[in-house]
Amino acid sequence: MASIFQAVGAAAALSSSNSFDSKKFYLSSRKSVSERKGSIFVVRSDGRMSSGRVDKLVTNAVATKADSAAASTASKPGHELLLFEALREGLEEEMDRDPRVCVMGEDVGHYGGSYKVTKGLAPKYGDLRVLDTPIAENSFTGMAIGAAMTGLRPIVEGMNMGFLLLAFNQISNNCGMLHYTSGGQFTIPVVIRGPGGVGRQLGAEHSQRLESYFQSIPGIQMVACSTPYNAKGLMKAAIRSENPVILFEHVLLYNLKERIPDEEYICNLEEAEMVRPGEHITILTYSRMRYHVMQAAKTLVNKGYDPEVIDIRSLKPFDLHTIGNSVKKTHRVLIVEECMRTGGIGASLTAAITENFHDYLDAPIVCLSSQDVPTPYAGTLEEFTIVQPAQIVTAVEQLCQQ
Amino acid sequence: MASSFSAAKITQPLPLNTTTTRSPDNPLFSSFKSAPPASSFLGSTHKLRIQRPTSARAQTRSGTVVAVSDVVKEKKLKSNAPTSNLLITKEEGLEVYEDMILGRAFEDMCAQMYYRGKMFGFVHLYNGQEAVSSGFIKLLKKEDSVVSTYRDHVHALSKGVPARAVMSELFGKATGCCRGQGGSMHMFSKDHNVLGGFAFIGEGIPVATGAAFTSKYKREVLKEGDCDHVTLAFFGDGTCNNGQFFECLNMAALWKLPIVFVVENNLWAIGMSHLRSTSDPQIWKKGPAFGMPGVHVDGMDVLKVREVAKEAIGRARRGEGPTLVECETYRFRGHSLADPDELRDPAEKARYATRDPITSLKKYMIDSKLASEAELKAIEKKIDEVVEEAVEFADESPAPSRSQLLENVFADPKGFGIGPDGRYRCEDPKFTEGTAHV
Repeated sequence: MASIFQAVGAAAALSSSNSFDSKKFYLSSRKSVSERKGSIFVVRSDGRMSSGRVDKLVTNAVATKADSAAASTASKPGHELLLFEALREGLEEEMDRDPRVCVMGEDVGHYGGSYKVTKGLAPKYGDLRVLDTPIAENSFTGMAIGAAMTGLRPIVEGMNMGFLLLAFNQISNNCGMLHYTSGGQFTIPVVIRGPGGVGRQLGAEHSQRLESYFQSIPGIQMVACSTPYNAKGLMKAAIRSENPVILFEHVLLYNLKERIPDEEYICNLEEAEMVRPGEHITILTYSRMRYHVMQAAKTLVNKGYDPEVIDIRSLKPFDLHTIGNSVKKTHRVLIVEECMRTGGIGASLTAAITENFHDYLDAPIVCLSSQDVPTPYAGTLEEFTIVQPAQIVTAVEQLCQQ
Repeated sequence: MASSFSAAKITQPLPLNTTTTRSPDNPLFSSFKSAPPASSFLGSTHKLRIQRPTSARAQTRSGTVVAVSDVVKEKKLKSNAPTSNLLITKEEGLEVYEDMILGRAFEDMCAQMYYRGKMFGFVHLYNGQEAVSSGFIKLLKKEDSVVSTYRDHVHALSKGVPARAVMSELFGKATGCCRGQGGSMHMFSKDHNVLGGFAFIGEGIPVATGAAFTSKYKREVLKEGDCDHVTLAFFGDGTCNNGQFFECLNMAALWKLPIVFVVENNLWAIGMSHLRSTSDPQIWKKGPAFGMPGVHVDGMDVLKVREVAKEAIGRARRGEGPTLVECETYRFRGHSLADPDELRDPAEKARYATRDPITSLKKYMIDSKLASEAELKAIEKKIDEVVEEAVEFADESPAPSRSQLLENVFADPKGFGIGPDGRYRCEDPKFTEGTAHV
């Protein structure tokens, strides 16, 4: 299981701000210590890293069982859980904290959620607070927006992110726009979440990546979670945010296991996460591709490269600070994403980096995305549509030669 | 519900109180003999629009069937003296009259201002439909919500948004109810609980359903036991063929939400006649299909609308669930100020002009000695001044400055993200000036 190094890079930024309520953020300065083969890694509260290289990080691209390293961390505080349980924990904590938080979606109540994220919540909070809706995405998303305008804080679950295409009207026209067109009179503190991404032979319609379709909508924020730690943190932050937030989960990551702290914490919605600091190349990724990247990183490290891996987490807006610092250090950028090539998050990110950090680049930005193909059912074909670790290794090698 | 093909005969289209057909086509639809109402809904089940009932209507669901307020009409005609069988008191009558005059005067002024180049874009005027707005909205409390469409000026005015705020918004000034950012089709007011103003048809219905959901949630989850806020959703005949309409009828009936769905059936969706686009043009019938009462009412008669509205809003307030009210009404102007309005039959327009809701109410008030001509004239004069003042106010108001551009994109401006320098972009002075690129 991957241990995650949390960067608190923007803590400095936050502490300098006076113009907004920083009480909202519980970004405590975290010190996480992890023991690896002889090297100790410390993350200071001001974001600076100390100490040297890390030899081995990940054993699986998608971890489905507890790593043996977990045994050695048994004495650490915190509790272990799977990603979907982390999401549920975050959701439950927020529902306890604020009675206006409610959940709406198909099969979220009695069924417990198609991926069990809301299991046990309906018996605890009642059928109105965890609302089983009919199959009418456009209308129940609009209903959530109307409820948000009149004082509630709803969380809309799309059974599969792809179903939210039916709600595109409400998400684009109402969710994103109403705060602006009402002149700031109404806020829409809604969270829209659900599993997306390419799964195991789910077919084209159930393997969609909607982040590229939603990214142009003004007025919304998009985040993608990738570990139990940031899943819970982002869920809580999204619920507390006054902005409409779309939280992208991934179908294949729900069974990731990790040890997370017992005490309450929130992840910053606008920040990226430093997964593995390095010197030679910046690899930007998010969601499931993070694990493909880390698997490739294992190979790369053995070949003598030192990649810096950043999980961008915030798909809209981009954390240009973390990304920029990395680019200034390594001068080479590789973006690895699951979105399709055309008009994906990678395309926007490439443009943003070129615009802001062009002088710091020694080589053109390379973006590895999924092919512009409706995801095929056949396993072999499906494998070819998404980016695999071997491609990442090749791309890094090519980039570093320039 | 039996399908319309169970009718043995196909009858001619139903005229409305006249003998001529109301569209060039001869649409097919069956008529029926309606079952007696199962609830306390007003009115007889007689024909308002049915010529020859030909087939028995099959049993409907648990919701009640049609109520047509013929009884109301008869009651109105009979009363000549200001006794207790009048439908409205003097105060109520004057309030409603003033509201309708305000709506009409305001919309007429909008047309003038548009042609003088003071407002732009798509402006949809409400002339002729005032009875629906005044009939319904004047029965609401301040905490009740109204959700409308792009034809929303008068709904906002009836709910209490000051005329100067609406006019200012139309002129695109910073003092408008939405700071000039919404425009004609997006009238919002948090103070008066006007939840918009939506440009796409059908888009507001789920939002209204959500507002009704909040009311129920407050009562049952947050234990604010006295929360009985009602939401009214106004929309047109064209919207009744849209999926969002049906989805929301289902959800509202399923959860017994305190909402009233008010259909302003003015027979035309821009240039598309309702009869040409709808397999069963009787919209009120779609209510019982989802388990809620469907009511048809003469939307040119504010007193009839008011009676039906009282019942429907009362139902919602008591927690008995939603109602679908179809108001048969008509817009005297084109769809918008850009519409040449060439398609509609002039005879049809003339027919409806004789049923102008304002003149009807005026006649009723004078005939029943509720008010004198002078009193009503005084109201008209007062409203003229209000509208003039609104135009003056809007004219003199400043246009939004550049600094306003980025202010309301996010409720929490941290949503613009972290800039390359590590600070939140919203702290950049260019953001407060409105010159930054997002």
